[in-house]
Amino acid sequence: MKRRVFAYPYVVWMILFIVIPMLFIFYYAVNVNGQFTLTKFIATLKDAGKWKVLWASVVMAFKTTLICLLLAYPIAYILSNMKKSVAGFISVLFFVPMWMNFVLRTYAWQAILEYLLPDLKKFLGLEGSVLMVLVYDFLPFMIMPLYNTLSKLDKSLLEASRDLGANSAVTFFRVVLPLSVPGIVSGITMVFIPAITAFTVPALIGNGMYHLYGNEIELAFKTLSGQGDYAVGSTLSIILLISVLVSTLIMNHFDKDQQQGGQLW
Amino acid sequence: MLKKLLAVALAVIMIAALAACGKKTEEEADYSFADGDQYEYIGGTLNILNWGEYIDEELISIFEEETGVKVTYVEMTSNEEMLIKLRAADCVYDLCFPSDYIIEQLIANDLLLPLDYSKIPNAKNIQPRVMKIAEGFDPGNKYSLPYFWGTVGILYNTKLVDEPVDSWDILWNEKYAGQIWQYDSVRDAIGISLIRLGYDINTRNPDEVNAAKDELIKQIPLLKGRGTDDIRTNMINEQAALAVIYSGDAYECCDSNNDLAYVVPKEGSNVWFDNVVIPKTAKNVEAAHAFINFINDANLAARNTEYCFYSTPNQGALDLLDEDFTSNEIFNPTDETLARCAVFHDLGDFVEVFNRAWDEYVSATGVH
Repeated sequence: MKRRVFAYPYVVWMILFIVIPMLFIFYYAVNVNGQFTLTKFIATLKDAGKWKVLWASVVMAFKTTLICLLLAYPIAYILSNMKKSVAGFISVLFFVPMWMNFVLRTYAWQAILEYLLPDLKKFLGLEGSVLMVLVYDFLPFMIMPLYNTLSKLDKSLLEASRDLGANSAVTFFRVVLPLSVPGIVSGITMVFIPAITAFTVPALIGNGMYHLYGNEIELAFKTLSGQGDYAVGSTLSIILLISVLVSTLIMNHFDKDQQQGGQLW
Repeated sequence: MLKKLLAVALAVIMIAALAACGKKTEEEADYSFADGDQYEYIGGTLNILNWGEYIDEELISIFEEETGVKVTYVEMTSNEEMLIKLRAADCVYDLCFPSDYIIEQLIANDLLLPLDYSKIPNAKNIQPRVMKIAEGFDPGNKYSLPYFWGTVGILYNTKLVDEPVDSWDILWNEKYAGQIWQYDSVRDAIGISLIRLGYDINTRNPDEVNAAKDELIKQIPLLKGRGTDDIRTNMINEQAALAVIYSGDAYECCDSNNDLAYVVPKEGSNVWFDNVVIPKTAKNVEAAHAFINFINDANLAARNTEYCFYSTPNQGALDLLDEDFTSNEIFNPTDETLARCAVFHDLGDFVEVFNRAWDEYVSATGVH
């Protein structure tokens, strides 16, 4: 029981940097100039424009996740069937970019799309460019859990499947795919949640002309003269918080059915 | 072993070289005052709050040597940050360099100390025409002295734009769709749209602000983007044809790419100032005045200008600077140009109307 003491630093940390800031958000959402009022909170909830941006962010996050999954699954599958040493080496190549800060990499993409390949940016459009960079940034987060699950798959199950007369397509769809669901769910969680709150990528790649929900919150907090509208910004933050919470609950629900198999986190 | 030795030797040589370099510049730092001013020993400390890279830091060491004052130089990134610092009860700053409409607010809030001009003889170097415009936000120049200033205008690429550029209208010309940069700042963007419609940039009429906003929304499909600092690189690399820009940035761009040109449109524009002020809470008022006088010495102001590349209002400095600078309309706007420019004023509570219009506009730029 004494070991509990080791958890205290984290508890203090959590209260200081998670609980108190959250209380501030709720406080500012319903207080204007120190007075309690729900007007701004309700006005923000009724603002159809903001909901449209939230929907656009959800759609963008969905697209990012889907493309990441379609790209990552074959990669992870091929890697898991390779010799361990070779697979280890190749997977390192996938993760090398992650040793560099994510904002720096996004800046690099800004320069590439603006000055090296302006035609590509024209072809993709702002939305397409943002999507591409999001996929680039989050792809490793999808590969990692998938590779982990697939490489721990019991190979004797595949042999059994073949012994019983299933061809490779049937084996894949009826054996490999169902067994890799935990990895897929982990990957989706790790891509979808950060993608829905994406802020840097649209800010840097979108030329100030493509916003997602994160940018909308920033805008609320820093309008003219720094007298940002804290009530609006806080309300938007609460909405985003709830959206993320709901998405996480949905993912967890899927996850519950599949507790076996390797999971990274 | 040999490799290690080599590395150590290399490191030693590099450090020695660095040290040598440092010494050299120190020795070379000779300077002279235009009026042969002798500064008396003042002592104490001086806390300065200024924009980043907005002063030749060698001037600070010269000032320290001359007066025995220990200077602490703190950088800020926005007027708003400065406003918060100056309003704080424990404000420690003796000198600060805010912009025009913020000075108006500071004066209204009674946060500034009136300047004692008898202690700033070099104030005579500041162009009277600039002092006069600055009276727009500081009547009688009681609290502030111009430090750097400039205009807002259009930067364009002469290879990509073959017609004469003299009006804000060109930023709404469909011929240049996808090649126009708008400035990502409320007062500047809405201000331009107001001027183009023939309204005052400091209007307090909500209908005019909304009309300006509607025009901005109409312009959205023609834009390549909205930005601030990123506009410079983009224009220098010829990725766009036209951009809204501050004169200080424009000078730098035209310097890097000879095909770029800058114009203050005929409808008029904004003229901006960063002035030096002394907060009421200043502890070392003596040193603050001495510093203001010091940076306005013609020789030192010229040197500071060559470092910062912004337009100086100091006539003494302009006389010493290269023709290339002083005859350049970007750097030293003519009286005709200035006659059609106006300063921003603090909007008071009306700021809400601007904010709402801006919010609507920015949301419209991100329509999906």
